[in-house]
Amino acid sequence: MYRAKINVTLKKSVMDPQGATVQHALESLGYTGVQNVRMGKYVELDVDSTDRARVEKQLNDMCGKLLSNPVIEKYHFDLEEVK
Amino acid sequence: MKFGVVTFPGSNCDHDCFTVARDILKQDAEFLWYKDRDLKGSDCIVLPGGFSYGDYLRCGAIARFAPIMEEVVKFAKKGGPIIGICNGFQILTEAGLLPGALLRNTSLKFICRDVHLKVENKKTRFTSAIKQNVIRVPIAHGEGRFFADPGVLERIEKEGCVAFRYARPDGTVDAAGNPNGSQNAIAGIVSFEGNVLGMMPHPERCSEALLGNTDGRGIFDSLLANFVN
Repeated sequence: MYRAKINVTLKKSVMDPQGATVQHALESLGYTGVQNVRMGKYVELDVDSTDRARVEKQLNDMCGKLLSNPVIEKYHFDLEEVK
Repeated sequence: MKFGVVTFPGSNCDHDCFTVARDILKQDAEFLWYKDRDLKGSDCIVLPGGFSYGDYLRCGAIARFAPIMEEVVKFAKKGGPIIGICNGFQILTEAGLLPGALLRNTSLKFICRDVHLKVENKKTRFTSAIKQNVIRVPIAHGEGRFFADPGVLERIEKEGCVAFRYARPDGTVDAAGNPNGSQNAIAGIVSFEGNVLGMMPHPERCSEALLGNTDGRGIFDSLLANFVN
């Protein structure tokens, strides 16, 4: 079985007011030098398969179709084998 | 003309749209259940507002894969008219039937109030019967900030796909008249083929005198006037 840890983030060209607000909050807490805060989504899921290549292909499909919207987001995932 | 109003789990403007079609426009209307694959002979499909699937993941992201949407996509490809209002607009962009996407409002707030819309293009089948240059229509959304990649945005503008822009009451388009930070103050667009309209404001909430505002009616009147059986 494989465990996928998927990160979905807004593309650079997309303004992220939520990130800007969080950055502002961090600054007002006294954390200096904080820059470029971008909010995203984290999805974790397991796929019951022993074929790593197949799982990777499946995940790319899932991310392109549903988990991310390519108009505004990009994605990245890490795969690890779990017992 | 027969209106088919789709009900997804979480739709909450479906009855408003149905009532406008049947009681105000005096047309046939039918609810279409999201699990069905039958458009019941509808001449126009309405994707209503609401919070389909609780807005989980992204607004409209899950609804676009509902069984009924396969038929809606086929209907669109054949040139059938479709109106998506609010969540319906979000579903249409997720389904790829309209370009762009709807993002969190710049203010991060859910905004529920009347806004003014400049009718940008009166040559679409959804706007041709609108008499005014500026109409007042309510919005009620947290995620209505229109975004498209620069190339796509340019094409939307060049091909006259912008139906409505947020504006001041006098029709001036500027930051003060733009409630959610949409690119180019875009409130509603038609598809490049012209048969699909998506808009964040709610014309179905202002189409009868009893509700104190009939500015939304022109959109439905346009649709009827341009209907060829």
